[in-house]
Amino acid sequence: MLEGILPLLDGLFNGISTGAVLLISALGLAIVFGLMGVINMAHGELMMLGAYTTFVVQNVCKLLGPAWFESYVFLALPVAFLVTALVGLVLERGVIRYLYGRPLETLLATWGVSLILQQFVRSVNWVLTIEIGLFCGLFFGAMWFLSRRLDWERIKNWAIALLLPLSFGLSWATGTFLGQTYKLAVTQPWFGAQNVDVTAPSWLRGGLPVGSFQMPYTRLFIIGLTIICLWGIYLFLQRSVWGLRIRSVTQNRSMSSCLGIPTAQVDALTFSIGSGLAGIAGCAVSFLGSVGPNTGQNYIVDTFMVVVVGGVGKLVGSIVAAMAIGTANYLVGSGTMALMLKPIQPLFDFFTFFSTTSMAKVMVFALIIAFLQVRPAGIFPQKGRTVDA
Amino acid sequence: MTVDVALGRRGIEKQKRRSLLIESSVVVGIALFLIFAMPALLSDFRLNLLGRFLALAIVALGMDLIWGYTGMLSLGHGVFFALGGYAIAMHVKLQIPADASSQLPDFMSLYGVTELPWFWQPFHSFGVALIAVVLIPTLLGTLLGFLVFRNRIRGVYFSILTQAATIVFFNFFNGQQKLFNGTNGLIDFKTILGATVSDRSTQLIFYILTILLLIVFYVLCRWLTSGRFGRLLIAIRDDESRVRFSGYDPTDFKVLVFAVSAALAGISGALYALQSQSISPRAMDIAFSIEMAIWVAVGGRASLSGAILGAVLVNFAKSILSEQFPEIWLFFQGGLFLIVVMVLPDGIVGWLKSSNFEKLLTLVGIRPQVATYPSLETDPDVQQEKESLGNKEL
Repeated sequence: MLEGILPLLDGLFNGISTGAVLLISALGLAIVFGLMGVINMAHGELMMLGAYTTFVVQNVCKLLGPAWFESYVFLALPVAFLVTALVGLVLERGVIRYLYGRPLETLLATWGVSLILQQFVRSVNWVLTIEIGLFCGLFFGAMWFLSRRLDWERIKNWAIALLLPLSFGLSWATGTFLGQTYKLAVTQPWFGAQNVDVTAPSWLRGGLPVGSFQMPYTRLFIIGLTIICLWGIYLFLQRSVWGLRIRSVTQNRSMSSCLGIPTAQVDALTFSIGSGLAGIAGCAVSFLGSVGPNTGQNYIVDTFMVVVVGGVGKLVGSIVAAMAIGTANYLVGSGTMALMLKPIQPLFDFFTFFSTTSMAKVMVFALIIAFLQVRPAGIFPQKGRTVDA
Repeated sequence: MTVDVALGRRGIEKQKRRSLLIESSVVVGIALFLIFAMPALLSDFRLNLLGRFLALAIVALGMDLIWGYTGMLSLGHGVFFALGGYAIAMHVKLQIPADASSQLPDFMSLYGVTELPWFWQPFHSFGVALIAVVLIPTLLGTLLGFLVFRNRIRGVYFSILTQAATIVFFNFFNGQQKLFNGTNGLIDFKTILGATVSDRSTQLIFYILTILLLIVFYVLCRWLTSGRFGRLLIAIRDDESRVRFSGYDPTDFKVLVFAVSAALAGISGALYALQSQSISPRAMDIAFSIEMAIWVAVGGRASLSGAILGAVLVNFAKSILSEQFPEIWLFFQGGLFLIVVMVLPDGIVGWLKSSNFEKLLTLVGIRPQVATYPSLETDPDVQQEKESLGNKEL
């Protein structure tokens, strides 16, 4: 009896764990895209930043001693959340807030940001850090200083046109000077273009033996982390004051604004929480394999599919969609589907053709297109009386 | 009243004809310059690059048609581009001398394929390959467009779906070594129609062919966008629901324009593959498809000349910058995305078209002459008055 169930259980577990990875990376997107309607193409890169943060935290803890190393995960999670939430905040204040209501242009702008972040991780070193710090200090400092003048509005454009090249030139010159004086000590990239590896602490290695197969602890950890994140998000959105404000802005922005809800702050908060969740997801996926500057690219399409299939604006839709896509991906990709259909030869051949990871994606996409023919707005569509619905 | 309008319209017609004449002479002039002067001015390497970029300008035209005019940002044009490229590349790969030991493309024997797959069989013929270059992307575009637009999936959802389609095709072509040579793609071209592909003269023919086709498609897009059809496309971009309420079915028009732009992408891919002498799944990379959008955006959305200009400019900037400072290019490209969206939403051509050009002239000291309100020049009543007064100054 047990022998018959085990393969099925194996498939189910692997499907759920694939789905959990999808879900945890899609959670932040479900908030940013689902609630705010912002297409954040840099979401994958925020995950990548989270993974690199984990890498840094791990190295720091390694220096501090074995006791620290055993528990660095619990330090890495909040740090990754904070770092990516901060980057998200800067991104929202600096770029996205000017583009609300223009989703296609947000898409392009955030794609540009994702390219910059990728290259940033590749070439970040002391010189670049000092240059950026100096530039921000000079430019924004001078802008702040000038903005206290009474004729600020009149000279604003000229000030920007003058200050921008000036501070850029100054910081660039300083960077070049430093690079030539201290040579490799400051110009060596921190991470470089190669992938870095995050080592899981000993208690996350190995797996829980069930019958003839093992449930890897990292997978179980990710499933647990996903559940905790989901629960936290649910509590935050449904039970907290700011959650209420976020939901009301989602439903009717102008009405909320009339009632005194600070919509700009709500936007910034929502976006940084979404970005912070991307950081946690990055921390989680760093245990699954090595992390490189291109890591984010592998996740971005899958996570968007989860949100689209689930239906925008509903967390529960994302959960169902992530589990369905994850299970379908695993069943087709691992060849389990083909094995199950062994008695029927043509179907067996058909599914064997698709039983690689990349070909499974081909099939799952075809299924998604077919599904969207039936339910164009996803599993749980938002109800409303708009012509666009 | 109707007489007045008719008279006024005649004046506008005359003006229209004149501007059309100017435009076509400019186009012919640029084409002649590109065909006759450029080969003498540029090195072979740069000329080949220019030819490739002009091929990319064709796909930029298609992109402009669906994004600039119809407001659908497709992130899947790399697929159509690559399909066109693969179609012509396979024909070239099948040009095997009759006395060769294996009548299969070199990569297939490497992977132990003994017989040419059935769907590659027709590509022995040049005509079939040419038709496939246009037809396969068109059919795929029609099918995908129909399935998506029928459900009123649009805006960002359309972008996300096309992006997913790109990933799917990338995986498919990347994973099938036996059929498409996987990651390497089709490389090492030998002959086409008896001519050696890598020869200087053959490449020059491709270059001239690219320019001629670019002009043909420019005219086609110009014709499509100038009449009623063009206005309908812009109406769909600006308010699709209202178009629907006015009794049009936007779905048909969207599918049509998507298919046209897919066909343009296929042709562009074929020309590009011939000039770069390779086609690989990298053309189906998401990054490449999004880059197409940035060419159009840099040049100017809803402006055909802008699309061509943007494609050539951005690609030249890319090739020069990534030769000199490879690590800066991505920063630059990312910055370009941000600048185009935040500061220069109408692109270069749009910026020049608005009054900024005159502002610039004023800044350097050349003062443009302002005679009347510009609207007076096109007002039918004023024109009629002018004509009845024997074209004397009012």
